[in-house]
Amino acid sequence: MPKKIIIPKKTQMLGQAPAERIHNFNEVTWGYTEEQAMSEAGRCMECARPGCIEGCPVNINIPGFIKLVAEGDFRAAVNLVKETNALPAITGRVCPQEGQCEGLCTLGKKHEPVGIGNLERFVADWEALQGNLHVPVIAPATGKKVAVAGSGPAGLTVAAELARSGHNITVFEALHEAGGVLAYGIPEFRLPKAIVRREVEYVCSLGVRLVRDFVVGNTATVDELLEEFDAVFLGTGAGLPWFLGIAGENLAGVYSANEYLTRSNLMKAYRFPEYDTPIAHGRSVITIGGGNVAMDAARTALRLGAQESIIVYRRTRDEMPARLEEIRHAEEEGVVFELLTTPVAFHDADGRVTGAECIRNKLGVPDASGRSRPVPVSNSNFSIAADIVVIAVGQSPSPLIHRTTPDIDIGRAGAVAVDEKTMKSSKKGVFAGGDIATGGATVILAMGQAKIASRAIAEYLKTGEW
Amino acid sequence: MYRIQKKQTLSDTVSLMEVNAPQVARKARAGQFVMVRTREEGERIPLTIADYDKDAHTITLVIQGVGKSTMEMCGLNAGDGFATVSGPLGQPTKIENFGTVLCMAGGVGIAPLYPIARELKAAGNRIITIIGVRTKGMLFWEARMQSVSDVMIITTDDGSYGRKGIVTEPLKELLEERGDIAHVWAIGPAIMMKFIAETTRPFNIPTIVSLNTIMIDGTGMCGSCRVLTDEGPRFVCVDGPEFDAHKVDWNNMMQRLQFYRAEEQAALEHWRHKCQMGAAAAGVKE
Ligand SMILES: Cc1cc2nc3c(=O)[nH]c(=O)nc-3n(C[C@H](O)[C@H](O)[C@H](O)COP(=O)(O)OP(=O)(O)OC[C@H]3O[C@@H](n4cnc5c(N)ncnc54)[C@H](O)[C@@H]3O)c2cc1C
Ligand code: SF4
Ligand code: FES
Repeated sequence: MPKKIIIPKKTQMLGQAPAERIHNFNEVTWGYTEEQAMSEAGRCMECARPGCIEGCPVNINIPGFIKLVAEGDFRAAVNLVKETNALPAITGRVCPQEGQCEGLCTLGKKHEPVGIGNLERFVADWEALQGNLHVPVIAPATGKKVAVAGSGPAGLTVAAELARSGHNITVFEALHEAGGVLAYGIPEFRLPKAIVRREVEYVCSLGVRLVRDFVVGNTATVDELLEEFDAVFLGTGAGLPWFLGIAGENLAGVYSANEYLTRSNLMKAYRFPEYDTPIAHGRSVITIGGGNVAMDAARTALRLGAQESIIVYRRTRDEMPARLEEIRHAEEEGVVFELLTTPVAFHDADGRVTGAECIRNKLGVPDASGRSRPVPVSNSNFSIAADIVVIAVGQSPSPLIHRTTPDIDIGRAGAVAVDEKTMKSSKKGVFAGGDIATGGATVILAMGQAKIASRAIAEYLKTGEW
Repeated sequence: MYRIQKKQTLSDTVSLMEVNAPQVARKARAGQFVMVRTREEGERIPLTIADYDKDAHTITLVIQGVGKSTMEMCGLNAGDGFATVSGPLGQPTKIENFGTVLCMAGGVGIAPLYPIARELKAAGNRIITIIGVRTKGMLFWEARMQSVSDVMIITTDDGSYGRKGIVTEPLKELLEERGDIAHVWAIGPAIMMKFIAETTRPFNIPTIVSLNTIMIDGTGMCGSCRVLTDEGPRFVCVDGPEFDAHKVDWNNMMQRLQFYRAEEQAALEHWRHKCQMGAAAAGVKE
């Protein structure tokens, strides 16, 4: 094999400068040009035993599609990606690549890894620009009906997979807009809503019926759905926001990240009063947490005009669960990081929040998750002034469905207990996948589980065996 | 689109709408609510279900125009529609035979109270109803409430109808005079429910209120609606909307309700301005 010339650095995507982008909600990066993509693809060493594929939760043939990009055959490249990943425009933008494909890239051992996420995004965006989305062949109708609860990445994936096999699919979504977290949680500047809408339209183009404003559990229970449908897939996510349980958390001006982001993204409060839903424009905004959700909230605050946007996180930068790119973008934009810090109370004037009292931590011995446990340093209390506080410390599945369907077993942290080989729940005919089964993870894991569920559902529809 | 089948003006600021929403009508029960949005740019507003008809596929909403969104809703007519009607949400009222029940409503609270009073009556309770409105012009459904009540008292702030004063006055008298009141239900403005709670507290009479906090999704996803209770924070949309009035932190709830006051004012002005511009533009065309 001819020896490759190693280019140590990843090709950077161009985009808006930090000082400019904090004044708008447009996407931060613009993606590769064709030339950039081909040159980045040229960095791949076409390893005999590629780590990247192993690192990918849906095992995309990464060297295969990258080679096609290097050759300029973008059509073939996107088709190859889509064999295993139906939503590359989304995952290319939101996957934590540094812990997956790029984290195991051979080149990354000594240099920067190949920009696999950027290339994935490139081929998907290239296809969208061509206008004619590749519509796959749909198998003849089977006459079997499946209800899908939730239209996030898990629900959309199951719907698409089963519709292509000729099953009759109805997706029930509680909100007025489909897409799950992609629509209500992740901001426009990171994932343009036009992309989410395009993917939803694609799923509908396969004959899937989408029913909005339908809250499974309330509008109809799972048992009622089972009277009409042969199987039910639960993909209702992990929507229940966690709070800290500290004094002052219910003050006016203290938001859950879900509320803050839903107002801005789903309800378009950043365009108030053109859109009716308001959102508070804080001068100084504190966001508690270190994940993607926290980065999204802190950066939304800047775009809503905050002079100061402060992230308070109890461990160090290295332990932050957010994607590296989001942390970097937040730093560039001037978000202040108060690390090794935990809030202990919120203060107020007349019921409106005025700030957080915090305590410093040092890192102790690793806990069950393998991360060092933060240990409070005594007498280290200090205050940070703020007129808005956003709590972004995690979420778990909402109890809405199992409250009305007690025979669905619940496992760890409120998640529906499933057999991971089939995504079957404890209830006959009911499958679950995505955040409702993991308790809250990633888009790609939700899609991975949805694929497993689709195969098991198809099998169940055929045999009727549980 | 969820079509408005029928509209009726109940008072100066209150309209009734029968809305086609078969999926909600099929399951609705007293005490539950829906999230409603007028159009693409609209807010999601929680509205209690005032009545429902499974066979006609409709639910009845009673809307008081207090802010931009509710005024806009009241301006819709039969044949128009809502972009979103999602539900039924929240826990239904737990109906039992308690004996004698006091049903209290303030203002537009008459509408959501009606199905509860009706169900309580059907369960065998003796119903004493107290309705308070600012002035006679704001009273509606008097006959309807009368039809499910054994005793009915109406108060107006200005004395234009019924008894002059506020609802807590007859409430206190009844509590002092009769020992048979087993339960109180109250729906109305937060301040009224707070004072009812304070009035019944010394008598130790279980008092249920239906809270109307600020909501977005109505499904337990955002926490915008949360209230503090003696048992900790609760989400009104999934744990409620009914709560034990004696356990609610009323001051915190009212502070949270007022959080967007400036924005609500701005939205109202923006909307009025747009309406005027619209009217002016239409005028030019003619
Ligand atoms: C702000 C934010 C940023 C994130 N950033 C990233 C990221 O960068 N990368 C990444 O990989 N992951 C990220 N995640 C996590 C990721 O979004 C989720 O893991 C993923 O969306 C889970 O998909 P899902 O289909 O299981 O559920 P969801 O996307 O949560 O979709 C569930 C859907 O079900 C609907 N629903 C809920 N209850 C009902 C009901 N009773 N009836 C009907 N419908 C119902 C909901 O309205 C929703 O539309 C982020 C999450 C958040 C909140
Ligand atoms: S591990 Fe990296 S260099 Fe090797 S094939 Fe995968 S992307 Fe290319
Ligand atoms: S309205 Fe969002 S949780 Fe209640």
